[in-house]
Amino acid sequence: MTRLERSEKLIRLALLVIACSAVSVLIIITIFIFAQGTPILFKYGVKQFLFGQDWYPGEKSFGLLPMIIGSLYVTLGALVVGVPFGLACAITLTEFSSRRISRTIKPLIELLAGIPSVVYGFIGVVILVPFIRDTFGGPGLSVLSASVILGIMILPTIISISMDSIQALPRTYREGSIALGATRWQTVRLVLLPAARSGIIASIILGMGRAIGETMAVIMIAGNAAAIPRSILAPVRTLTSNIALEMGYASGEHRQALFATGVILFIIIMVLNTAANFTSRKKKR
Amino acid sequence: MKRKETSGLYKKVRLSWRGCFFCLLGLAVFSLFHCSRGSAERGVIVAGSTSIQPFADRWAEIYMKIHPGEVVDVQGGGSSAGIQAAREGSADIGMSSRELKQEEKDLAEVVVAWDGLAVIVHPRNRIDGLTVTELQAVFLGKIRNWKEIGGDDHLITVVSREEGSGTRGAFQEMVMKKNRISPEAIVQNSNGTVREIVSHDPNSLGYISLGLVDSSVKALKLDGIHPDYENIKKRAYKLIRPFLFVIKGAPKPGAQSFIDFVLSADGQALIKEEGLIPALEQEKERIS
Repeated sequence: MTRLERSEKLIRLALLVIACSAVSVLIIITIFIFAQGTPILFKYGVKQFLFGQDWYPGEKSFGLLPMIIGSLYVTLGALVVGVPFGLACAITLTEFSSRRISRTIKPLIELLAGIPSVVYGFIGVVILVPFIRDTFGGPGLSVLSASVILGIMILPTIISISMDSIQALPRTYREGSIALGATRWQTVRLVLLPAARSGIIASIILGMGRAIGETMAVIMIAGNAAAIPRSILAPVRTLTSNIALEMGYASGEHRQALFATGVILFIIIMVLNTAANFTSRKKKR
Repeated sequence: MKRKETSGLYKKVRLSWRGCFFCLLGLAVFSLFHCSRGSAERGVIVAGSTSIQPFADRWAEIYMKIHPGEVVDVQGGGSSAGIQAAREGSADIGMSSRELKQEEKDLAEVVVAWDGLAVIVHPRNRIDGLTVTELQAVFLGKIRNWKEIGGDDHLITVVSREEGSGTRGAFQEMVMKKNRISPEAIVQNSNGTVREIVSHDPNSLGYISLGLVDSSVKALKLDGIHPDYENIKKRAYKLIRPFLFVIKGAPKPGAQSFIDFVLSADGQALIKEEGLIPALEQEKERIS
């Protein structure tokens, strides 16, 4: 073996170790959460955790249904707000604006992703919550306010990944479509969007992941009532905020129940991601 | 022109990278220094209730001024965590803003102050007082509208604390008794955020530590009694709770001298200054 080959081999080995260590962290986290959370899940029954509506850990009542539904509502709300805006923005910047404008605006949008979530929460508390309270009534801390703020928070993810996937399409698609007499909007709607679909769906999945996992901003603006919200103006508690709200004071079984919340959150995210991945792959064919 | 500007920007960015590097380096050196100092002379660690923490911080500050060389480290974490820390020995003194539960009675406790729980509303609210029964009904979710208790025709925004908090525990015990707080109540995880919400929402009702009531909210009379110093001292106002220091076994010398300071006239004067009620003489003797 020459020296060059040996060093090549060494580098390959080092890279493999680095790659494995990243994965092993994921495995360790998974094992830890499940080891801490599953004993209590089985002690009181998975059914109570998944379908129970009362969350009173002090009285050994661990119903997580309001939080599960809360997480789904808020994530769905964020997509309803974020996806149309994000897609429209991505289309405008790639197809309907000059290169110079889109080159200045895109970095600014990516800057949005760097703002800490507590700042979004603060803006929500100071501006959005009073606005909703005064215009629509209710306490203001609500599904609606959380959805709007989360919708804004997922914008950079959706915009930049959608833009990249639209820009990556071959020039010939556009040229061919225009040559056939299609207008620019027809080109976008009938050629570019379908062709970039997998990238766009990926951006939505990533945005969804961010929305369902967001904690700090949601705690600040969602009101955190552990009941299934009756309307979009009612307060809501998500799985993540349930953990973060009570972790500081929890001990014993209460603490374990919060880990069980983590287990359920973990499973929900896995299911959502796999389902979304699966549908996007199926449609491509 | 345009190019020049961007290149200038890049230069700035690179410069700030260098700045960041030096900042980080400084921080690392500082934290190393800090660590080594901390481990050399591990001071008295006081941990627990976030309601007591601000007062404990003040005590520690003054105590360390009087006794140079002594270190008192005050941490938060919550009543339950503080009690657990005292039991496990990770803290020398645990702070609890609720009474100890039966299974926690193996630890020694000392009352360092009394705190009132104030029921607060927006300053513009017409209501000045409630009965404890009405208060309970509101938190049960049985009374939903202000007009049922003599206010305007608006739904009540009920603001509570999270499960496990000492303030919530005390409120549960004294007002709700065996009944559950309605799950539809808004939940916040600190006294400060409860006050923040109540001070901005004209239809809201919440409860916080009396020491933290300021002009942004209005404290209600309960059964006709205003939560002020005199009424709490006389025990006429019903919603009061002890601030406890919790110790396992015999306190180490540093911890004992800190407790002595807290219970001394100077320590207790601070409590009075901050709007709390000093511990009674007979309560100070429960320990040592």
